[in-house]
Amino acid sequence: MNLIKFEDFSFKYDQAQDFVLKDIKLNIESGKFILLCGITGSGKTSLVRAMNGLIPQFYHGEIKGDVFVKGKNTKNVPTSTLSRDVGLVFQNPENQLIAMNVEREIAFGPENIGIPWDEMDSRIKECIKITDIEHLRKKAPFEISGGEQQRVAIASILALQPEIIIFDEPTSLLDPKSAIQILNLLKKILLEKKISTIIVIEHRLDIVLPLADEVILIDKGRIIEHGEAHYVINGEKFLNSGVNIPKCVSVFQKLMNQNIFTGKMPISIEETKNLINSIK
Amino acid sequence: MENDNMEKKLENLQILVNHLTYHYPDGTIALKGINLNIYSGEIVGIMGKNGAGKSTLIKTFNGLLKPTTGTVYIENDEVNNVLMSKLTRKVGIVFQNPDLQLFANTVEDEIRFSLKNLNFTKTELENQINLTLEKFKLKKFQNRTPFTLSGGEKKRLAIASIMCRNPEIIVFDEPTIGQDAEGVEFIRNLIKEKHAEGKTIIIVSHDIEFAIDNIPRTILMADGLIIADGPTNKILSQDQILNIGSLISPQLIKLSKFLIDLKIKVPEDVYIKENMVQFLGSYFKDKMGITEGGKQ
Ligand SMILES: Nc1ncnc2c1ncn2[C@@H]1O[C@H](COP(=O)(O)OP(=O)(O)OP(=O)(O)O)[C@@H](O)[C@H]1O
Ligand SMILES: Nc1ncnc2c1ncn2[C@@H]1O[C@H](COP(=O)(O)OP(=O)(O)OP(=O)(O)O)[C@@H](O)[C@H]1O
Ligand SMILES: [Mg+2]
Ligand SMILES: [Mg+2]
Repeated sequence: MNLIKFEDFSFKYDQAQDFVLKDIKLNIESGKFILLCGITGSGKTSLVRAMNGLIPQFYHGEIKGDVFVKGKNTKNVPTSTLSRDVGLVFQNPENQLIAMNVEREIAFGPENIGIPWDEMDSRIKECIKITDIEHLRKKAPFEISGGEQQRVAIASILALQPEIIIFDEPTSLLDPKSAIQILNLLKKILLEKKISTIIVIEHRLDIVLPLADEVILIDKGRIIEHGEAHYVINGEKFLNSGVNIPKCVSVFQKLMNQNIFTGKMPISIEETKNLINSIK
Repeated sequence: MENDNMEKKLENLQILVNHLTYHYPDGTIALKGINLNIYSGEIVGIMGKNGAGKSTLIKTFNGLLKPTTGTVYIENDEVNNVLMSKLTRKVGIVFQNPDLQLFANTVEDEIRFSLKNLNFTKTELENQINLTLEKFKLKKFQNRTPFTLSGGEKKRLAIASIMCRNPEIIVFDEPTIGQDAEGVEFIRNLIKEKHAEGKTIIIVSHDIEFAIDNIPRTILMADGLIIADGPTNKILSQDQILNIGSLISPQLIKLSKFLIDLKIKVPEDVYIKENMVQFLGSYFKDKMGITEGGKQ
C-alpha cells in the first residue's frame, strides 16, 4: 500500500531563486526501512518537510503538483492531523524539545492526542528503554548532552506511534555503539509491525546501509535513483553522487576499477566477510 | 636525548588540566577528576559515550565553564584568572549545535560580527569577510538568513565564523556532522592546513572513520573521567576499550581483524584504505588466478 505519494511535486521556498524540489514522483510503501541520501543542500530535509505538511503549510513558497499522506492532501489537511500519521524527528533535536523534564517531554505528544493513562505509561517505558534514557527521566531537556537530547527527541516521537517515522540524521550526535543499537531496535519495531515505515536521512551511510531495504538518492532536488539497497549502491549514479561511500564499498569499487573484482559490492562488513570467505 | 625531548615537550605544553571537576548547578557531576596535557601543534581527538563529559571539558578551555575544583591552564594563564576576552581570542570553539552559535540576520553579518574587535580597518574587514565567504563556499548564501540554510551549510558557517578569527587553539565539537564526502574532505584539508601553521587542534567526535584517518592521538572519556589516551588506531582496536567507551571499530579495522583470524598474513597498517585495496588486490589475484590486466 502507498503510504505517501508524490505526484509531480515541485517546490520553491519564498526566499529562494530556484526550485528546491523538482518533479518529484515517489511512492513510499509500508514495511520498509528507507535510507534517503544525497549531498549537502540536495533537498533531503525539504523532501521530508513535504511529507508531513510542513511544506507548504509552515514553509511557504511556490508549489506544483500534490503530496498525499494515506490519501490526505498535505495542502488541505492540517499538520496537526498529518502528524498522527507521520512523525518527524528534526535534524537538530534541541529545537524540538520544550518540556520541563524528559519524562514530560515524552508524555507530551501522547497526552495531547488523548492516549489513556495506562497505555501511555507502557509506551513511555518502551521508548525510554529503546533509547536508553532511564537515568535522565527527571532532567531538564536543555540540561543534558547533545546525544542525550537526540535520544529524547527520538523517544518522544516514538511515543506517538505514528505509522510513518522520519528521522533527519538520527545518529549524528549518538556515540557509535548507541547509534547501531538504536537503529537496530527501530528495525525491530518495524519488523514487529508497530510502525509501518521508517525513513532515515543520513550522511553516515556505513551505519544505516546494512539495515536499509530501500535507498532513495536525491540530487539538486531530483530523485535520481530509488530502489533496493544493493541495486542503488552498485549504480554509477550512487558511486558518483558525492555521498560518503562506506570504506568497504569504496575498497571494492577500487578493485572493480582495476578489473580484479566483478559482482555485487558488499553493503556491510558482514557481507564483505562472506565475500572473502567465498573465494578462500 | 631523552631529557632534551622532555624539556622540549614541557616547553610546548599548551593546555594543562589538573584534577579538574565540574558540577552543573542541578548537581550533575560531569567531570570527576581530569588530568590532561596537550602540546602545541598537536591534533587530539576526544571520544566517548553520550554524556561522558566531552563537551563540558572543552567548555572549560575558553572559560565558558569555570572549574568547580582543580585547574585548567591555557599556556601560562590559569583560566580563572584571565580575562574571558583574551581566552576567547586564543581558543576558538566550534560548538556541537550550530543553531546555538549563529544569530546574525545574514550569513555575511555572522562573519562580520566574528571579526569585530580584531582591529581591522574597514577595507581590511570587508576583505576578510569576502575571503572567508569564498574559502568556506558560502558566497552564494551571503545575504541569506543563517536560519534557512541546510544542516550541512549551517555547520560550515559555524566553522567559518570561528576559523576567520584565526585562533591559536581550535576546538571542534563534532565537525563532520551532516557533511557529505566533499564536506568531510574540506574539513580534513582545513585541519591539515591549520596543523601546518602550527595550531593546536582538538576534535570531539563520534566519527570513527574520520578519526582513524585524521587524528593521531585520541583521549577516551567515560563517566566524567579519562579512561584511555593513546594512538587512535590502538584505541579503536582494543575490544575492552571499545566496550567501555561505547565505540565500535572502523570498518577496515574490523576487516583486518577478520583476515588475521583467518590466519591470513596481512601488513600491519592494512586498515588504511589504500593498503587494504592493495592487499586485497593481490590476495584476490592470487586466489582466483588472475593475471595482470584482468580476469582470466
Ligand atoms: N527556508 C528556506 N528558504 C530558502 N532556502 C532554503 C530554505 N530551507 C532550505 N533552503 C535551501 O534549499 C536547499 C536544500 O535544503 P535542504 O535543507 O533540503 O538540504 P539537505 O539535503 O537536507 O542538506 P543537508 O544535508 O545539508 O541537511 C539548500 O541549498 C538550502 O540552502
Ligand atoms: N546544562 C547542564 N546541566 C546539568 N547537567 C548537564 C548540563 N549539560 C550536560 N549535563 C550533563 O553532564 C554530563 C556530561 O555532558 P556533556 O555534554 O559534557 O557530554 P558529552 O560527552 O559531550 O556527550 P555527547 O556525546 O552526547 O555530546 C551528562 O550527564 C549530561 O546529562
Ligand atoms: Mg538536511
Ligand atoms: Mg557533547
